[in-house]
Amino acid sequence: MAKLSKADVTHVARLAKLDLTDTEINKFLPQLSQILEHVGELGKVDTTDLTPTSQTAGLTNVLREDEVKPSSIDQNGALSGTNKTHNGYFKVDAILTERSDK
Amino acid sequence: MKIPLTIKETQDGLIKKEFSAVQLVDAYLERIKKYNEEYNIFLTTSDEIAYSKAKKFNDLDQYTEEFFKENPLAGVVVGYKDIFLTKGIRTTAGSKVLESYIPPYSATSVSRIENAGAIPIGKLNCDAWAHGSSGENSDFGPTKNPWNKEYVPGGSSSGSGAALAANMSLITTGTDTCGSIRLPANYCFSVAIKPTYGAVSRYGVIAMASSLDTVGPIGRTVEDVETVFNVIKGEDGYDGTVVNSKFEIRNSKLRVGIPKEFFTEGIDPEVEKTITLGIEVLKKEGIEFKEVALPSTKYAIDVYYVIQPAEVSSNLGRFDGIRYGNGRDSFGDEAKRRIMLGTYVLSAGYYDAYYLKAMKVRSKIISEVDKVFDEVDALIAPVAPTPPFKLGDKVSDPLTMYLTDVYAATANLCGIPSLALPSGFSKQGLPLGFQLMGSRFSEPALFELGKLYHKAIDYVPKVAF
Repeated sequence: MAKLSKADVTHVARLAKLDLTDTEINKFLPQLSQILEHVGELGKVDTTDLTPTSQTAGLTNVLREDEVKPSSIDQNGALSGTNKTHNGYFKVDAILTERSDK
Repeated sequence: MKIPLTIKETQDGLIKKEFSAVQLVDAYLERIKKYNEEYNIFLTTSDEIAYSKAKKFNDLDQYTEEFFKENPLAGVVVGYKDIFLTKGIRTTAGSKVLESYIPPYSATSVSRIENAGAIPIGKLNCDAWAHGSSGENSDFGPTKNPWNKEYVPGGSSSGSGAALAANMSLITTGTDTCGSIRLPANYCFSVAIKPTYGAVSRYGVIAMASSLDTVGPIGRTVEDVETVFNVIKGEDGYDGTVVNSKFEIRNSKLRVGIPKEFFTEGIDPEVEKTITLGIEVLKKEGIEFKEVALPSTKYAIDVYYVIQPAEVSSNLGRFDGIRYGNGRDSFGDEAKRRIMLGTYVLSAGYYDAYYLKAMKVRSKIISEVDKVFDEVDALIAPVAPTPPFKLGDKVSDPLTMYLTDVYAATANLCGIPSLALPSGFSKQGLPLGFQLMGSRFSEPALFELGKLYHKAIDYVPKVAF
């Protein structure tokens, strides 16, 4: 197993959309390394011919009729978690920036 | 008034008109007011809702045996782990991200408990996002163990265990992804069931690791826990993993396995002794015991610490501060650690070595456990290697904290039920107990064993003060 570097922590934090300070990175690096080293023990287990388990319910494709039920949450309910709304929509930050070369 | 400690005592008291439902609410709220600052058990109390519900049940003449058959939890005061959505009552998951979140709907288990007549008294402290074994990861401060406030109450359902020991609620709810119901029960002298994966709907419960999460009750007797379990179990149409099982007891003569891998070095002598005594007690009651081997369970905690953070990193992805709650900078250290760990094991180049590998070892553990259940009906094991530990002891060392759950992981990875039972107290006066795991949907057999054990040791429910 590869040893964790500071660049790995920064990369992973970026993928997970976490803004970490330098102090945090220096704190998390040894902790995460230690945990990864422990779980790295799994590398020793022979898993030839084993299929991975992703859940234990033993069910596949549980479907229902696509119908609106009276207990559904209405628009006001759905928007009740934020005060940043506009015309019944959630307000979000822009994800695109204007091109600067035009 | 003296607060009754079981559902039966409560309902008998109501039938005999010894007290009213409103007086019960008065008594619980008085204790919460008196002790909560010291022990940090409730994050929110729902006084108004509790009184309005209690008033509905305040006509003492309505209390007949027939009435309690229709409303099995009538007059029962309940506290919910603050990870259960409660319509109109703040729900934080123990995290600053959701410090002012008020849900527009309630969890299925919450609705079912209340439709059965229970009175909701408030929301209980927990490790943020249910990440932890001590309660110390709560963004609202740690909960203290009512049996000794220098010690942890167990996590992550820390308030759910402590509320029972402090006599602040008659029953509580918890979630168990790797021991989070069983450990607080064990550390607070309570009974709890971590149900079969697929027995109880998780709808409206903030998700941690979806292939492992379960929802269950904590109470002071096996009977109370069984009553609440029967109220919350079964399909609701909102959690695709739930099925309506018949929950049959397979054998009239129950056999229990002793998995030697759960009694290795590192186990506290007092924890081991209480289990040895428990085995002796059950043998005298005619239960057959045999040693069994589950060699791969020694990897359970490692499998868990790959699969769980992977699922956590996905589930916590939805907290973007747009639709509810604060932004991602409000996550505490433990949530950040797990999000990063999970993102790492799922990322390009590491997926096969960690995540896929862990899912395969999970299959290996499941096949060993399944095979053992051909020979026995239950497995006896410690809940944790030691009795409650001191606040602050493990808080700066995440790996040591994680290893608290070394005996809890197997039940979650296999999706099997496990009943945590109190057995007595250590020399220091701290609670001791053990767990009984069963095959999928074998909860009734576990309840039978639990009742048999408690009857044989003349168990009486106790509160710390």
